[in-house]
Amino acid sequence: MNQPAPEKPPVVLELQGVRKSYLLPDGSRLPVLNIPHFTMLQGEQVVLMGRSGSGKSTLLHIISGIARPDAGKVIVDGVDITQLSEPARDLFRAERIGYVFQTFNLLAGFTALENVLLAMSFGRRRADEKRAVDLLTRVGLNHRLDHRPSALSVGEQQRVAVARALANRPKLLLADEPTASVDVGHQKQIIDLLRTTCEQEQVALLLVTHSPEVAEQFERIEELEELNQVETSSAAS
Amino acid sequence: MSLIRIAWRNVRQRPLSSVLTSLSMALGVALIVSVLVILNTLRSTFTRNVHGFDIIVGAKGSRIQLVLNTLYHISQPVENIPYAYYLEFTHGRFRRAVEVAIPVCLGDNYRGYRVVGTVPELFEMELADGRRYRFLEGRNFKSENFFEAVVGYIAAQKTGLKVGDRFKPTHGITTEVEGHEHDPFTVVGILAPTGTPNDRAIFINIEGFYLLEGHALDRKVRQLPPELFSPQVRAMVFGQQEDEHHHEHHESEKNTPAASHQHEHSHAEDHHHEPLPLVEREVTAILIRSHPISSLGLYKAINKGMIAQAVHPSRELGLLFEGLLGNVQALLLLLAVLVTVVAAVGILVGIYNSMSERKRDIAILRALGARRSTVMTIILLESILLSLTGGVAGFALGHLTVWALSPIVLEQAGVDLGLLSGTVYELLILPALVVLATVAGYLPAVTAYRTDVAQALLHNP
Repeated sequence: MNQPAPEKPPVVLELQGVRKSYLLPDGSRLPVLNIPHFTMLQGEQVVLMGRSGSGKSTLLHIISGIARPDAGKVIVDGVDITQLSEPARDLFRAERIGYVFQTFNLLAGFTALENVLLAMSFGRRRADEKRAVDLLTRVGLNHRLDHRPSALSVGEQQRVAVARALANRPKLLLADEPTASVDVGHQKQIIDLLRTTCEQEQVALLLVTHSPEVAEQFERIEELEELNQVETSSAAS
Repeated sequence: MSLIRIAWRNVRQRPLSSVLTSLSMALGVALIVSVLVILNTLRSTFTRNVHGFDIIVGAKGSRIQLVLNTLYHISQPVENIPYAYYLEFTHGRFRRAVEVAIPVCLGDNYRGYRVVGTVPELFEMELADGRRYRFLEGRNFKSENFFEAVVGYIAAQKTGLKVGDRFKPTHGITTEVEGHEHDPFTVVGILAPTGTPNDRAIFINIEGFYLLEGHALDRKVRQLPPELFSPQVRAMVFGQQEDEHHHEHHESEKNTPAASHQHEHSHAEDHHHEPLPLVEREVTAILIRSHPISSLGLYKAINKGMIAQAVHPSRELGLLFEGLLGNVQALLLLLAVLVTVVAAVGILVGIYNSMSERKRDIAILRALGARRSTVMTIILLESILLSLTGGVAGFALGHLTVWALSPIVLEQAGVDLGLLSGTVYELLILPALVVLATVAGYLPAVTAYRTDVAQALLHNP
């Protein structure tokens, strides 16, 4: 008898006809994105490449619900977030989407532990300090819990950022050029950390980069220029 | 993390700015608290019936002067009234309307502290708040010992008088005018602090007061017709005129130098002195505790007569406070509120100026899922925390200031402020600060609310 095909993981992210343009001072609109279709499965790790100014960050803002598309559907974990009100999108983002920024963006007045707890403060669940400590321990910072960002190295700051992004057990983690601010030596460490922790947590990872060295570590590589059907790609980032 | 904790972290992130804005708020609140506590304590002390007397009777003239002079030992003494009129309250036509009537004779001082001639019953009375006079040392003076004295707490501290000491009152109410020295009195008791102006006075037996030089009324100069008094009083006072010969003999003896010398040495045995005849006596004022149901009638009856006037001390002082200190308090409070508002503007400016450098932080909070209203709340909480921190510090500072000033106020006005003196109005300060801080924080909070997250994340790497 033939073995049954393994069950396909559910879709975590689906973009349908997503369009975005910016209003210019002369009243005309500058098209930035036109993505007919794009999907990611649960636990999948995808790198999205594109040159600077190609609209990568704008796309992440749309997927995370920070910005709204002009048209199309953005379905995350089965919910079309374009249909949600802004407060509902904020709550959805707090509970189901993790975000790692290019410059880590830790809040300077908060310790490493508090930066992670901060991410747990805006959802409906109570902040879980045990999980926050556990995440920081997993990224090797159990001895740095009470240190402020200024007392942490660049690599340590990025590890706190990764722990923070995973704090709420998101379904999808968006990483916007997470290695852009670090030297080559740290790049691999950060990518390995992101991939390993996302794998452990069964979180889909969409990582945006313009670095081929980073991209070649992923099995699935998408070029934004190929996904994006906008004629001119001189769009704002 | 709670929003308050997040806001508190943000406040601590800017220590210098936060400390300075809180400090300015603390100064404003301290000023408000000081003004409220000092003036309200003064007002309540002056306007409530601290001494336990509801009517003061004295010569017709300035009503407020009568109150200030008699109860608070400030201002100039008023004219005297006949002792016979005092007897109307103890034996005459007003006796049924009166619970207690205490005569008071003024006009002397000892080292600037008022010497009050009175009767020992004054210290057997309850003060208005139910307390009683206590003696730190010694005892009350006795009516039969004419040259005994009791000294108020502060007067004893300042003059150094102790039980057993002898002192000579000086004629006049202050040391500014040099008066002649009277015969000596012996201190038999030091009063415990009462928090009233009596702490600053020295009390001598009224019988001894009358026997001092210049305190007897010259009947040839001034006499009210006996018909003005009730039959009982007439019999008591004017019946004594038969004893005139005996008294004149006594006076002539006293006015010779030899007699004076002898007189000084015999004060320990007061029974050797004959009391001054009633007809030669005057009193400066009479402190009355009336029967509640008779109070109004008594008040009207006294004022209808031509001998004296009656005043309600709390009413007179209330009018004085409203007319004079009420405006001062309003002005001081206005000033204090302005200082607080300026402090609130400082908070506004401090937070608002930080907003441009905090756009990125706000965007991060939003990217982590914070709603617009949440970041707005955090900024408002920062403003409220700064205000309340300053407010609580201001409360402590204000009460410490009052406490530091209390010995001065106690000495000058005889009012004990104390560390824990307070007013109910203080309870309004913290809610008012929350409202003020909310208003001050509104503009920066709206700026936070309107932050374009995508733009802030893109343009503030």
